[in-house]
Amino acid sequence: MDKYIEMIRIRFLMMLAYRTNYYTGILIYSINIGAYYFLWSAIYGEKDAIEGMSVIQMSTYVAVAWMARAFYFNNIDREMAAEIKEGKVAVELIRPYNYLGMKTMQGLGEGIFRLFFFSVPGMFIVSFIFPLQFSADWTTWIFFAISIVLSFFINTQINLLTGITTFFLFNNTGLIRAKRVVIDLFSGLLIPISFFPVWAQDVLKFLPFQGISYVPSMIFTKSFSDNEAIQAIIMQGIWVLLLIIPIQVLWVIAKKQLIIQGG
Amino acid sequence: MKDAITVRNLKKEFKAYSSRSGLKGAFRDLLTRNYKIVPAVNNISFQVKQGEMVGYIGENGAGKSTTIKMLTGILTPTSGEVIVNGMNPHKDREKFVSTIGVVFGQRSQLWWDIAVQESFRLLKKVYKVSDEQYDSHMAHVIRTLDIEPLLDKPVRKLSLGQRMRCELAAALIHNPPLLFLDEPTIGLDVLVKLKIREFLKEINEKYNTTILLTTHDLSDIEALCERVVMLDEGKIIYDGALKSLKEKWGEGKEIEFKFLEEVTLNDLNRITASSEVKWEKDEKEAIFTAFAEDNDELISLLIAKVVADLKVKDINIKETSTEEIIRNIYDRGIS
Ligand SMILES: Nc1ncnc2c1ncn2[C@@H]1O[C@H](COP(=O)(O)OP(=O)(O)OP(=O)(O)O)[C@@H](O)[C@H]1O
Ligand SMILES: [Mg+2]
Repeated sequence: MDKYIEMIRIRFLMMLAYRTNYYTGILIYSINIGAYYFLWSAIYGEKDAIEGMSVIQMSTYVAVAWMARAFYFNNIDREMAAEIKEGKVAVELIRPYNYLGMKTMQGLGEGIFRLFFFSVPGMFIVSFIFPLQFSADWTTWIFFAISIVLSFFINTQINLLTGITTFFLFNNTGLIRAKRVVIDLFSGLLIPISFFPVWAQDVLKFLPFQGISYVPSMIFTKSFSDNEAIQAIIMQGIWVLLLIIPIQVLWVIAKKQLIIQGG
Repeated sequence: MKDAITVRNLKKEFKAYSSRSGLKGAFRDLLTRNYKIVPAVNNISFQVKQGEMVGYIGENGAGKSTTIKMLTGILTPTSGEVIVNGMNPHKDREKFVSTIGVVFGQRSQLWWDIAVQESFRLLKKVYKVSDEQYDSHMAHVIRTLDIEPLLDKPVRKLSLGQRMRCELAAALIHNPPLLFLDEPTIGLDVLVKLKIREFLKEINEKYNTTILLTTHDLSDIEALCERVVMLDEGKIIYDGALKSLKEKWGEGKEIEFKFLEEVTLNDLNRITASSEVKWEKDEKEAIFTAFAEDNDELISLLIAKVVADLKVKDINIKETSTEEIIRNIYDRGIS
């Protein structure tokens, strides 16, 4: 276990080494939050509520969805693709650790870094600019905390899956990009799932994406009742377990037919 | 003594895809791709004993790196059997890889953006090395490789030679009984090379570490390895002592003479007529070279005869270098 924790620390150090990247990140996120805030204000106009959400809940939703994204989002699929293409996996495979486990920990290190140096201060600043609503209810915070950790796992597992496809497709840049768009759209980052047409909502119910952004954001804005929140969290947990299966299967196949590039 | 490596009938085939030419070809490639099966390693067998230092040599593309990748369990062999440190490299991965150290000269295994010592610290945890073990072993490694001043620098700021010394140290953190080095001295200056050789010799003596080394620098092999395994197009063409390779394929000795007086080839042939010698003259520098069988008696007799008749300015006895021998073998093949 020690080694995995050490990896989180190392990733933290690497993020510190590239601080400037993350300053630009803050800027991009703030612009996004601002843009969506004004967009939604315009859509709401005089209306008090749409689909059961007030305008304040909506701006909170937007803000928290983006700040949560900073935590669960990572580029380990792109990193894996690069490592596979350059033949660097060779080095990873001669280490006594689980490559996918280590990748997950790197993602977590990155996530924790952004949570403390980006999301928390970012949320603080944003709450001065836009009217947001924070729950005083500690159960909401606990639900949110559990939910966001599960978001991280679901998103990371999807990234691992995309990353592993490099072994088979070799050039999967397009797939990685498509995955990113699909997740941003179907996870509820841009539009809450409850705003989708009913048929689309029905389809999305059977996909893991809403566990990434929609669930934690709905919990945070108290748009879910406690009961709904618990159910949603259980659903997230089930997805985390289910996704392990395709990852392991693909990984075993990938290792068998692995070809290392370069001498 | 126990064998560190046992390889039996090991084979690895790659599919070599070829692209058809032109736009039409590109479309056809989308559907079916042409490929040839290329054997990179073709039915090789050998054994390495614990504590041996073996040089694994061969031309570019001979299959050296491919073999090492199979021995370390990175690549799955097409067929054949591999037992390393008593284990199958593909089963029990975590236990197996803890017993080997690997350096790929061409790719770094340190984390690029962080200080060397952070990488070491992570590897220490990864290999579950205790503080005492680490302190006693690594302090020595760091001193011998002289990398103390590099420890707090990020890897991307190191020069190649500096990085390579750190790579070697990193591969030794868990003090493995078996070390695979794939071109560890590629691109290094003479001093760093010497330092690395000295170091490898030392750990081999101290811990009886087995070392399998590939390199294109034969002086590495001469300095370190008593045994060489030579590979050509995936097949082993020589496996044995470096010395007997030299004796067998070394083409005698060359003795160069410079004279104080005018001498012709005829004179020399007359003087040494009784023994098997061939003379050549380098017109420009007036150097006469005698090619003779590598036989001490014969050579001393030859020199005695020449010196007795002619005034000699300089004598130089040269052995065929390993480099030359290997070059000849690569050129003509062993037969
Ligand atoms: N990923 C791959 N796909 C197809 N063929 C490969 C692949 N890797 C290696 N080969 C082929 O296998 C053969 C052996 O390659 P290998 O890298 O083992 O050579 P090597 O002895 O290490 O050469 P060098 O001295 O140049 O490093 C080469 O002919 C190479 O073209
Ligand atoms: Mg090679």
